[in-house]
Amino acid sequence: MMDARPGLAPGFPDISAIPVARRTYYGRWFAAAVIILVLLALARAFAHGQIAWGVVGTFLTVPVILTGLVNTLVMSVLAMALGTVLGVVAAVMRLSPNPVLSGSSAFYVWLFRGTPVILQLLLWFNLALVFPTIGIPGIWSGRAVDIMTPFLSALLGLGINQGAYTSEIVRAGILSVDAGQHEAAQAIGMGRIATLRRIILPQAMRVVIPPLGNEFISMIKTTSLASVIQYPEILHNAENIYYANSRVIELLIVAGFWYLVVVSILSPLQHLLERRFARGAQVHGR
Amino acid sequence: MTAPLVAIRHVSKTFSGHRALQDVSLDVLPGKVVCLIGGSGSGKTTLLRCVNQLTRPDTGGIWLDGELLGVRQAGDKLHRLTDREIARQRLKTGMVFQRFNLFPHMTALGNVMEGLVQVQKRGRALAEAEAQALLARVGLAEKAGNYPAQLSGGQQQRVAIARALAMKPKLMLFDEPTSALDPELVGEVLAVMRELARSGMTMIVVTHELAFAREVADHVVFMDRATIVEQGSAEQVLTAPRERRTQDFLSAVLG
Repeated sequence: MMDARPGLAPGFPDISAIPVARRTYYGRWFAAAVIILVLLALARAFAHGQIAWGVVGTFLTVPVILTGLVNTLVMSVLAMALGTVLGVVAAVMRLSPNPVLSGSSAFYVWLFRGTPVILQLLLWFNLALVFPTIGIPGIWSGRAVDIMTPFLSALLGLGINQGAYTSEIVRAGILSVDAGQHEAAQAIGMGRIATLRRIILPQAMRVVIPPLGNEFISMIKTTSLASVIQYPEILHNAENIYYANSRVIELLIVAGFWYLVVVSILSPLQHLLERRFARGAQVHGR
Repeated sequence: MTAPLVAIRHVSKTFSGHRALQDVSLDVLPGKVVCLIGGSGSGKTTLLRCVNQLTRPDTGGIWLDGELLGVRQAGDKLHRLTDREIARQRLKTGMVFQRFNLFPHMTALGNVMEGLVQVQKRGRALAEAEAQALLARVGLAEKAGNYPAQLSGGQQQRVAIARALAMKPKLMLFDEPTSALDPELVGEVLAVMRELARSGMTMIVVTHELAFAREVADHVVFMDRATIVEQGSAEQVLTAPRERRTQDFLSAVLG
């Protein structure tokens, strides 16, 4: 029978006052229980394992370890800075209409991405075998053995390698900027360099910062490879200690602890930087 | 007879096999408003971009304010100008884009100041005062501190007009300035353009707003398939078109 009243059809009552019952998620409880059990078993194993936790505590803050930590940080920052400068230059060169510029940039990326960093570090450190003396002819020169210190070799090896990776990240960032931005800058009479510096790169940064932050975190850990060329970063110093006292695992835990601390501090810093370069982008949602 | 501010002579342009302009010639007299109308792909936007040298013609020449654009004749050869010389020539034209192309990482004020500070090397305080005055002229004095994403489409396009005006151009180019706007925002942009036309600015406007063309244009040019089919006063071209193709276009647009 038809409802004579005008309006909505009958048979669909108002349910807005009826409460919604809580559902039990058996699967979730089970998964959580399994994981907690596994973690407890692991904790028990480590507690009973052959680790002298007291030794870990003792060596956590000894001067040699802290100096190593500082060296790790210094090298990470400097190599990343060098890598960023090289990366931006290589990315801009790669996008240049000049085939020699774009070609040499592509070659740089191919060469340094195509060989292991540890090999590059060893090459820089042993540069004296190729060029006994290096310098600028007529102005200054010196013996390569004296110049290619572990510090400089590590900086060049890590920084130049990083530049090859960074250039691809920066290039992607530049390409992500709308072509209309180039045209708008040209239309108000800005030159290539000014357009790049004022308009394109600041917008590319928004895209570039997250992967670059990732690269920086990666760099912190990659500096440990410089231990093979005697650069006194934290892992190298930890190794030196355990060569003397044989507390291998304890000192590796000490080094691992500090890597984790540094990386944990960096993540929120990256977030701040992302916010800075997101200016004008997300203002709507705030 | 007054010398034209823009003289376009025998300009042709082909994009990878597609002919965009075919032997196009046109004069724009100082102080006049020229509206380019026509279907999409007719070449009107390409012609506008050639005047601002965002596109380089394959053949033919464009003179702006008596100066040949993009090339210099020496003997029996044409030599391309350097980027720097082209940038200088571009300063005589202001360009307004369909999609605004504001710099999203700068405020409205920053957008208008950018050319003043970076190109004209004006001091910051001076540039800021000038930019503020221009924003007031387009009715956006209160929005100076807003980023483009915080502005409506119509407001963004008005900022873009202020940004172009900051370089004190002799000629303003508009590439479908209202096509990307919601219908209710079209009016505010056209009002600014109307005011600009009244102030004596020479303008070339690629537009689909036939009512605006009829009201403001001194000269209407209808393009189709890379050529100018018909041109004349707004009255003549829009109300009593002589050419068959113009008639077809107008009846298609007006419904």
